[in-house]
Amino acid sequence: MTSFHRRSSAGGAPAPRRPAARTTPGGWADHAAARALASRHRLRAWEPIPWLLALAFYFAFPKYLGFGTEVLVTILFALSLDLVLGYAGIVTLGHAAFFGAGAYTVGMLAKQGIWNEPITGLILAALVAALVGLGSGMVLLRTQGLTLLMLTLCTMALLEEAANLAHVYTGGFDGLDSLPIAPLLGRFEFNPLYPRTQYLYVLSVLLICFVFVRTLVYSPFGQSLTGIRENILRMHAVGAPVRRRLVLCYVLSAAIAGIAGGIWAQANAYVNLGTLGLDRAATVLIILVLGGHGRLYGAFVGAIAYMALSHFLSKIYPTAWQLGLGLLLVVIALFAKNGILGIVEAAARGRRAPRAT
Amino acid sequence: MSAAPLLETRALRRSFGALAAARDIDFQLEAGARHALIGPNGAGKTTFINLLTGVVRPTAGVILLNGRDITGVPESLRVKLGIARTFQINRLFRHLSVLENVYISVAERTGVAPSMLRPAGRRRDVVEESMALLDSLKLTADAARRVSELPYGRQRLVEIAIALGLRPRVLLLDEPAAGVPSAESHIILDAVDRLPREIAVLIIDHDMDLVFRFAQRITVLVSGAVFASGSPREIGANPDVRAVYLGQAARG
Repeated sequence: MTSFHRRSSAGGAPAPRRPAARTTPGGWADHAAARALASRHRLRAWEPIPWLLALAFYFAFPKYLGFGTEVLVTILFALSLDLVLGYAGIVTLGHAAFFGAGAYTVGMLAKQGIWNEPITGLILAALVAALVGLGSGMVLLRTQGLTLLMLTLCTMALLEEAANLAHVYTGGFDGLDSLPIAPLLGRFEFNPLYPRTQYLYVLSVLLICFVFVRTLVYSPFGQSLTGIRENILRMHAVGAPVRRRLVLCYVLSAAIAGIAGGIWAQANAYVNLGTLGLDRAATVLIILVLGGHGRLYGAFVGAIAYMALSHFLSKIYPTAWQLGLGLLLVVIALFAKNGILGIVEAAARGRRAPRAT
Repeated sequence: MSAAPLLETRALRRSFGALAAARDIDFQLEAGARHALIGPNGAGKTTFINLLTGVVRPTAGVILLNGRDITGVPESLRVKLGIARTFQINRLFRHLSVLENVYISVAERTGVAPSMLRPAGRRRDVVEESMALLDSLKLTADAARRVSELPYGRQRLVEIAIALGLRPRVLLLDEPAAGVPSAESHIILDAVDRLPREIAVLIIDHDMDLVFRFAQRITVLVSGAVFASGSPREIGANPDVRAVYLGQAARG
């Protein structure tokens, strides 16, 4: 039957709907719903502010650039998690697998003297992490919920153990230090004591990755990921290749996490098993939930809030500072499941029209 | 062409362990048909829809679309071949706007969905088609609202809108008015009445007013098997059908 094949193109097929009784012959572009959809991707007035603040931080706090670099890397890592967790609804506790894959790619290549140019190094880190994401994703993403959570955890544990066993290449428990990373663009040295290059380098990479993720989530592809998160069974019923979409999203997220790991290794000239550990995976999850998942900027807010708090709490109360952090998280989990940004959004909505969330 | 029914099953069977949820069902849906599937609870109506859409694989038998065997074709490809369905219990994208709900379906059919670099709102063709579809269901006033904020009856319309966004040739409506308060149920009936004639519609419902008003043909399913099939008049006059089904409480 040729008609089967003609269907999908649907171009010349008569519209099987009755012609709609249109009141506006010019189309629907002016309808509030269409306008909302057409404008949601536009740059909002406040959006340059975080980037300007990040730049201002560089000039204002030269002594804290090491800390600042760490925060920026964490934001990038949390952003990669937001893509899978916040948009596609993939629950994972093993995202550090990709961070570690990227970090070890950079670390081992540099230590063996094979490759130490930073920018291409990051691309290699992204590719390796993407491959790990593809391999594991094709198996893991057949499952959902708790099973998926456990399997992502197991994948990460396997990688960590593999890195531990292959100590000839990875340095095992001690890791690889004093990585000979080449100067950025052949000019700017990575000085571990004055991490000015690192800070600006990470900020630039974060901006590029952010623009990519932002474009992605507002695209039709991103819309379909949201559909999968909201109702996976319905997505099957509208003919979406759900697993392929999820794997693709997982691979892209893994690549960005790999970049975060790779750039962390470059900035610190160091890589160790901690890059692959549960600690890192759990922390990034907490950061994203704290900031607000599925919101792009939740990664920023969460990373800054979490890291600044741990920084100051550990100074004020060196013995039991994690207690304060834990209490805060309990409060957030109980009363604000959309995180800090969720509170801000609710407050902004409440000012316009008082309504319970 | 006209000889072969649009959608046909032959000796379709599905067993869950010892339970046969579908027993050798021979069924035919003609192009443009208005066909109702009725039967007591647990008769296997939803299982039958799940078999037609590929959610459940048959234990035996074949499914033909336009004479072509689609028994082994997976769910997502059957959608591309023109089979769409709605669900007895809403399966909507609850936190998205009504427009976004339909957009997802239209973008999937037109092949726009995999595109990553252009903002979804800039795909004017998809937006226009989605809005026109909402207009045909009188939903434009709610297009900007979140689905979860709508009254249940209007949510049921979104359920139908998503299916229509796929431009199906066969539309399977699984109890479209289920759960809708009687004050609102007329909007569902109106929408079902106004479905485009080109689409063959198979409707499951317990509401006999809806079934007898809508259907040109009725198939009665009891314990997974076809109990009777015929015009509404034949089914209404059939004493056996009255005994097993119509005699019971309408929402039994």
